[in-house]
Amino acid sequence: MYETHYHRAASVADAAAQMEKAEDGKYLSGGQTLIPTMKQRLAAPSDLIDLRHIADMKGISEEGGAVKIGAATSHNAVATSPVVQRLIPGLAALAGGIGDPAVRHMGTIGGSISNNDPAADYPSALIALGATVTTNQRSLSAEDFFTGMFDTALDEGEIVTSVSFPVPEKSAYSKYPNPASRYAMAGVFVAKGKDGAVKVAVTGAGQNGVFRVEEMESALSSNWSSDAVAGISVSADDLLSDIHGSAEYRANLVTVMAKRAVAAA
Amino acid sequence: MTTVSMTLNGKKVSANVEDRTLLVHYIREAQNLTGTHVGCDTSQCGACVVHVNGEAVKSCSMLAVQANGADVTTVEGLASGGELHPVQAAFREHHGLQCGFCTPGMIMTAVDMIRRHGANLDEKTIRHELEGNICRCTGYHNIVKAIKAAADQMAAMKTAAE
Ligand SMILES: Cc1cc2nc3c(=O)[nH]c(=O)nc-3n(C[C@H](O)[C@H](O)[C@H](O)COP(=O)(O)OP(=O)(O)OC[C@H]3O[C@@H](n4cnc5c(N)ncnc54)[C@H](O)[C@@H]3O)c2cc1C
Repeated sequence: MYETHYHRAASVADAAAQMEKAEDGKYLSGGQTLIPTMKQRLAAPSDLIDLRHIADMKGISEEGGAVKIGAATSHNAVATSPVVQRLIPGLAALAGGIGDPAVRHMGTIGGSISNNDPAADYPSALIALGATVTTNQRSLSAEDFFTGMFDTALDEGEIVTSVSFPVPEKSAYSKYPNPASRYAMAGVFVAKGKDGAVKVAVTGAGQNGVFRVEEMESALSSNWSSDAVAGISVSADDLLSDIHGSAEYRANLVTVMAKRAVAAA
Repeated sequence: MTTVSMTLNGKKVSANVEDRTLLVHYIREAQNLTGTHVGCDTSQCGACVVHVNGEAVKSCSMLAVQANGADVTTVEGLASGGELHPVQAAFREHHGLQCGFCTPGMIMTAVDMIRRHGANLDEKTIRHELEGNICRCTGYHNIVKAIKAAADQMAAMKTAAE
């Protein structure tokens, strides 16, 4: 790892001010992506500004028909939160299936979505549930936030402070994890909103990160059952193909995971 | 350089280290506690698991400065007064190790999962919870057996104490 300078931010404003002063700084949250990347010398920030001790960025609350989760809240806190388990059990289950217990104790929702790894779990939940991402500058929809593989709408120095998930009528997530890393080879989040709108979001499989499957959404709108999606497959053209699995294999996984998610919801 | 202080196995310690120093290197090299191991370079093997403020974390994927002011426990901090922790004793009893390299991480992960699940730990949960710990010798069976036995014994001790 190259040399770096660590700063522990006391507040969101303090973090932004520290970033302003840094030559080539990066925010550090759980570090479960950033530290391994720095160890491989694939990132070499001059400064690290730690967000994990900012009280305003932590915690889970129920607010006007939505569940609001602070960006520095750990995966374990989401998985075990009675509020999330009661209102959006699919989201609690998703968080409980990220990596392993040690990764879940450190890793945070803000770090996960800011990184937007195409194999990360959370992006599918944000899209399917129609979440709103709040930063220290603005609020934007999940659809506007995720802009492509490892890419988001965040401007330089902008900090995700919380994510708000409207409570759905029902939802569930099913993923086929890579047996070594636990990252999704394909993960499908299905949700039916209180307004009846159905969304199906796929992670792990797309070359440009998370995407929706509208054909499955309309099939489920008229018939919420595994059978409704069983015959629908996504095109392998824009899917990832690597040592872990071909695009065709992932296309098949998407249908299987969608069926399981619908059955679990 | 930063002076990093923490409570390590119940003792206040501090050392002046570079900010890029990983917690595992701080523990092994600045504090000379070599029970915590480094088994991979990809955050996947779990040989380096320690507890930070009571929760299992991979000390190879955290900087020592991130743990500044924290309460840290390593495998050396489990036994008390020459008496092995029930999880350590169960690993010995059930032969939950062969070469022993992954054992410190396995034990720290096991203690953490028992803390969270208590007597409710069943074999399926144990196997799921061990996803971040890799063992190349045992085939896991005796590790799972040892953890189950320790969880049951600790639950019984707790009931007896109440
Ligand atoms: C062994 C292992 C297995 C894993 N398995 C999975 C898995 O199955 N599924 C999965 O989804 N993930 C998995 N992960 C990744 C894990 O979920 C990470 O926690 C997550 O990707 C990053 O979150 P973090 O809090 O650790 O962020 P960090 O690593 O601290 O930061 C990641 C990036 O986001 C930026 N950032 C962090 N917080 C903010 C913020 N609030 N505002 C703006 N920018 C910010 C940082 O500057 C950095 O560029 C795994 C990781 C490991 C090590």
